[in-house]
Amino acid sequence: MSEIPIRVENLGKKYLLSHMGRGGYKKYTALRDVLTEAALAPFRSLRRRIGRATQNGQPEDSARPESSSREEFWALKDVSFEIKRGESVGIIGRNGAGKSTLLKLLSRITEPTTGRIELDGKVASLLEVGTGFHPELTGRENIYLNGAILGMKRAEIKGKFDEIVAFAEVEKFLDTPVKHYSSGMYVRLAFAVAAHLEPDVLIVDEVLAVGDAEFQKKCLGKMQSVSEKEGRTVLFVSHNMQAIRQMCQRVIFLKQGKIAYAGDPHAAISGYLGQGLDAESHAAIDLTGYPRPCPIEGAVFQRVRFTDGRGQPASCVRLADALGVEVDIKAKKPLRQFNLAMAVIHGEGLRVFSEAYSDQHAMPDLSPGEYTLRFEVPMRFFKMESYFLTLAMNENGKNCDQVDGLLMPEIVDENPNLQMESQRWGVLRVPVTWDLIKPVMNQAVTGGIHK
Amino acid sequence: MSRLIIEPGHTERQYWRDLWRYRELFYVLAWRDISVRYKQTVIGVLWAVIQPLLFTLIFTVLSKMAGFGTEDVPKPLWIFAAMMPWQFFSASLTASSQSLVTNANLISKVYFPRMIVPAGAVVTSMVDFVITFGVFLLMMAWFHVAPTWRFIAVPFLMLLAFMAALGPGLLITALNVKYRDFRYIIPFIIQIGVYVSPTFYSSTMVQEKCPEWTWLYSLNPMVGVIDGFRWALLGGKGGISLPSFAQSVAVTAFLVILGVWYFRKTERTFADII
Repeated sequence: MSEIPIRVENLGKKYLLSHMGRGGYKKYTALRDVLTEAALAPFRSLRRRIGRATQNGQPEDSARPESSSREEFWALKDVSFEIKRGESVGIIGRNGAGKSTLLKLLSRITEPTTGRIELDGKVASLLEVGTGFHPELTGRENIYLNGAILGMKRAEIKGKFDEIVAFAEVEKFLDTPVKHYSSGMYVRLAFAVAAHLEPDVLIVDEVLAVGDAEFQKKCLGKMQSVSEKEGRTVLFVSHNMQAIRQMCQRVIFLKQGKIAYAGDPHAAISGYLGQGLDAESHAAIDLTGYPRPCPIEGAVFQRVRFTDGRGQPASCVRLADALGVEVDIKAKKPLRQFNLAMAVIHGEGLRVFSEAYSDQHAMPDLSPGEYTLRFEVPMRFFKMESYFLTLAMNENGKNCDQVDGLLMPEIVDENPNLQMESQRWGVLRVPVTWDLIKPVMNQAVTGGIHK
Repeated sequence: MSRLIIEPGHTERQYWRDLWRYRELFYVLAWRDISVRYKQTVIGVLWAVIQPLLFTLIFTVLSKMAGFGTEDVPKPLWIFAAMMPWQFFSASLTASSQSLVTNANLISKVYFPRMIVPAGAVVTSMVDFVITFGVFLLMMAWFHVAPTWRFIAVPFLMLLAFMAALGPGLLITALNVKYRDFRYIIPFIIQIGVYVSPTFYSSTMVQEKCPEWTWLYSLNPMVGVIDGFRWALLGGKGGISLPSFAQSVAVTAFLVILGVWYFRKTERTFADII
């Protein structure tokens, strides 16, 4: 078995989008349209020639016929990466970034336009749950059908039949047509068959989007055991960052068909969740062009700088340290009862906490000019995940300016216990103090143990 | 484990090996179509037989009215011997020409050699053929017609019929993916086909009455198939003329090659267009 089951070089996939020039939606090419176009073609070129004569100096596109134009759309461009045996790799990106196209290419469903893929080992893809399931057939029949479609031999399916049924928990309903199944049963059965494939490389596309929390846990658990215990390579596309963090050692972040980042899961996820800011170095952010949720009145945020405990610009901050945030503002008019508030939002959108200047100081009156406010956040309460800052200013209770989604610098630790970290619940870390108390009566304890 | 390189324009040499490796899927898809057809049905299997029987009845009456001779074989038997392969051809052509589009969800989500889909559709019709053949044997017993040694040609003729359906089937289904109105051509072909194939008349009649049309008539692949079946299943002069048969078989072979070539050529774009 090869050490590199998947190698991709300069992969690209181009689609041609057609646009109807004269309105109307043309989805399928019908023979009659082709014939009509051919018949009208001589008239069209005549009309164009007349048009050309009346428009002086206008560059016209003689290559394109008037009635339709075709635009090139590169779903993937210049994608190159290698996946080593036993790796568990996540692929993330916005909708339309090219994830499904990449998986389709790796699964040989469609052909690349440029580049090349080298596959070494048996590849099985799960791009959709329940591919090929026929509603009229029973659960039992569909297991054989789906298994065969996914590439299992009949003998193989027979051998694993009981395991599959046990995983799906549908023993009672095996002989009922699948159209009578609940959506949960359907999806469990579909995943159960796919989960028992034994490929060298397993490619999974967003199948966790369907199903309840129980199902998702089961799926993830199974995929993890496939990757860790059985040592198979797993390629996993998901929008569920929690799942990605839990499962993947390496993450590829696709943006508009290109690889924006490939490597550390945290950095990739921050890049994906952030406002397109470079996750790696942004000690200072210029807020002048930054999008605002509401109109600016009276005062405006200009810049934000992140510093470490010693006041040096920092693009990452240690857990034991404090994060210094310096905010440059400009008051355009006299401000009475000025206040600045900050809030921390956890990566997936949860509001963690908020604090304001007025918690510690009286609200000042400011005359027009530029000011800098500084606050410090102790990092020891934070998990090693992505957090965002929201800043808001108001005057006399009225909102002046607000910025959201400022990605906080990456939180790092000298010797992180990543296994522990991924198992922490919640969005914060609270330093709970622990004590193990030895009992006074040693005899009783030991007597009980040595029975 | 085998190494696979995927590059644009790289026609996979492994395709035919893949077809063999995926042969189980072939049976599974055919089995699926057959099972589904007979789920929740009342008459179920009998549907396969009713159509040819009905046609036989009607054509028997028609040819009696027209005064066509049948060369010392009971007329219903003679016509049924033609309706059987014709039924197989029309059903499999209809099924295979729509097969890719019907299975679009598979084509866009799973890899397997796409030729399995239309070929599987033809296999489904073959099962119906076997059932109809059983009825035919019963009819032979009823009319006291004994089978001759020519029966051993039946498997070869089945293969010929399979090819006759597969060739155009592959061609049309591949065309249908891109140009969706090809499926409207099929009922048209079937309707005309009943009349230009020797269903209620024989090829010898054509040669005798309209010799100048014989060459055009023999371009129909079903001419060879039906003539062959009549010759093999019924004793007596089943009306087989070798040049006509040969021409028809040649056309079949040509269509198969054309169909396979065009299908393979366009196969890689199926998932994108379908």
